[in-house]
Amino acid sequence: MERKIRVIVAKPGLDGHDRGAKVIARALRDAGMEVIYTGLRQTPEQIVQAALQEDADVVALSILSGAHNHLFPRVVELLREKGAEDILVFGGGVIPEDDIPFLKSKGIAEVFGPGTPTQTTVDFIKTHVKRS
Amino acid sequence: MSDSEKLKAAVEVWNAKADKTAARFPERKQAFVTGSNAPVNRLYSPLDTQDKDYLESVGLPGEYPYTRGVQATMYRGRLWTMRQYAGFASAEDSNARYKYLLAQGQTGLSVAFDLPTQIGYDSDHALAAGEVGKVGVAIDSLEDMETLFAGIPLDKVSTSMTINAPASVLLAMYIAVAEKQGVSAEKLEGTIQNDILKEYIARGTYIYPPAPSMRLITDIFAYCSAKVPNWNTISISGYHIREAGSTAIQEVAFTLADGVAYVEAALKAGLDVDDFAPRLSFFFNAHNDLFEEVAKFRAARRVWAHIMKDRFGAKNPKSLMLRFHTQTGGSTLTAQQPENNVVRVAIQALAAVLGGTQSLHTNSRDEALALPSEDSVRIALRTQQILAYESGVAETPDPLAGSYYVETLTDSIEKGVMEYIRRIDDLGGAVKAIEKGYIQQEIQDSAYAWQMGMEKGERIVVGLNKFQVKEASPKGLLRVDPAVGERQVAKIAALKAKRDNATVKGALEALKKAAEGEDNLMPLILEAVKVYATLGEICDVLRNVFGEYRPSVMF
Repeated sequence: MERKIRVIVAKPGLDGHDRGAKVIARALRDAGMEVIYTGLRQTPEQIVQAALQEDADVVALSILSGAHNHLFPRVVELLREKGAEDILVFGGGVIPEDDIPFLKSKGIAEVFGPGTPTQTTVDFIKTHVKRS
Repeated sequence: MSDSEKLKAAVEVWNAKADKTAARFPERKQAFVTGSNAPVNRLYSPLDTQDKDYLESVGLPGEYPYTRGVQATMYRGRLWTMRQYAGFASAEDSNARYKYLLAQGQTGLSVAFDLPTQIGYDSDHALAAGEVGKVGVAIDSLEDMETLFAGIPLDKVSTSMTINAPASVLLAMYIAVAEKQGVSAEKLEGTIQNDILKEYIARGTYIYPPAPSMRLITDIFAYCSAKVPNWNTISISGYHIREAGSTAIQEVAFTLADGVAYVEAALKAGLDVDDFAPRLSFFFNAHNDLFEEVAKFRAARRVWAHIMKDRFGAKNPKSLMLRFHTQTGGSTLTAQQPENNVVRVAIQALAAVLGGTQSLHTNSRDEALALPSEDSVRIALRTQQILAYESGVAETPDPLAGSYYVETLTDSIEKGVMEYIRRIDDLGGAVKAIEKGYIQQEIQDSAYAWQMGMEKGERIVVGLNKFQVKEASPKGLLRVDPAVGERQVAKIAALKAKRDNATVKGALEALKKAAEGEDNLMPLILEAVKVYATLGEICDVLRNVFGEYRPSVMF
């Protein structure tokens, strides 16, 4: 049997808005993936540790507080340090479009804004996941 | 034949006709539902409301059970307070925005704090990196608070502060700034949110576990009833519950269940219900379904009046009155065609006014994209002013009363709310229901159902899943200067070098001792802020004594 895609849904930083993260987590689970939601207030270090421990294929980051430029790249950087650069990292939340090129240059594969259908995210993972 | 029999017969004939029409020209949907999925009938008539005792169930404006509002004359006397939630970057930047808003005719202040402040970390804490000044203003010490309110006389404005876990600290700072301005605490008017239960449920800025958190809250109730009598000691909030995805009924039910838990905690701490209940205030959301939202506010007032009178035996009419602030629904705004949000906000603000709100924040059109720009905030404020001065809706209290539809909706929301409150009572009250994850799960189920309804096209959001256009990325969004973090860190270092550190240490030790015992902590926190102990230092003392809340994670 094919191994299920394993996803860590994480809330980096101090932001408490996790309606979107939870909806995404559930939608990915309903789409047949194995999903672990970290809960609030995770440091990039904790997120990377969870990803390695859970042998994740994907890390999905959600942030609405505006701290994305600081926290998203840090997650990718730490994954690279651990030799886990094949884990697909993408993000979502309230993120100004002008910030997206910067985030992509730092290794965030995609950034989904408000109003993105969950199916878009599911399709994106299925197309872009590098391991499993 | 009596009038009612005549009407019944007429309605039967009408129904048969309408069925025939619907058979030939099918209605747009199989089933019509409100914004939160309650069924909507084809017809409402006097038949729906005729069995009610008007005075008992609806009553007159300003009279029990306050369905029609908490004042007799409502907005004929005084308009609602127009209070835009604002704050970003440093105390200097936010102070300038407050002065701008006051100059534009805003009538009260509402302070947004950044996340490190809300979670009790100074700007130089490792976890604050990237967050300083982002979603609100960074306040590390009394020094920042002095800057925040510089040139704003605190006896002339009322100030609402969205602060929860460290509410005592920020309230203490506000009292200390007022004192320096020569304004005594008895004269201060405003609100602290101070509602920790909804932080566990929906908003996420908790610090300590429930028991010590409830103690901090009842300490504030007791302190303010003696020393800051015009202060609203809590703003029991459904806003964030709704934003997290709840229905209208759940919003009211979980908020009032939290309210019951606070009242019970205060009674257990030995307070008299009529000493603190008049200062309890509420905070609700306003979403797009106009009539359901109006009915929601009316039902909330009625349910609370019954609870306070029947369950807690409150005697003071002010204890029975549910006074509330409203904010329009952030989660209803779209990042797509953001100009459309102006219209959404207008409808939601209308619902709040028709529902009898005491104060109102209207969201800005660009809030699905970033913090609002000055232009956007002005349009949002103007929306309220147009409602107040041009629309005519403020000229008589509760103008939708007697609408067959609105009265029926009000009753059905009340019924749904009471069912939830009973269920939560059965679970052992709101704190237990939160610890078991019951409330969170109910909200998550609603949020998911909403999302799926939208993705299947059962729910239309204009510009999002219908009527889309290709658009360029919006210009002129507000950006917080990233250097604000460094400047705050430098300010803390300078403060720690110049203050009397021995006195600070003494104040913090006294606070620690009191926290380990049972004394009211407010006076000790006030002493600590006055000698310029930082927010983080004070919260760390309490963290060490109380521990930190660890939620169970689920989705």
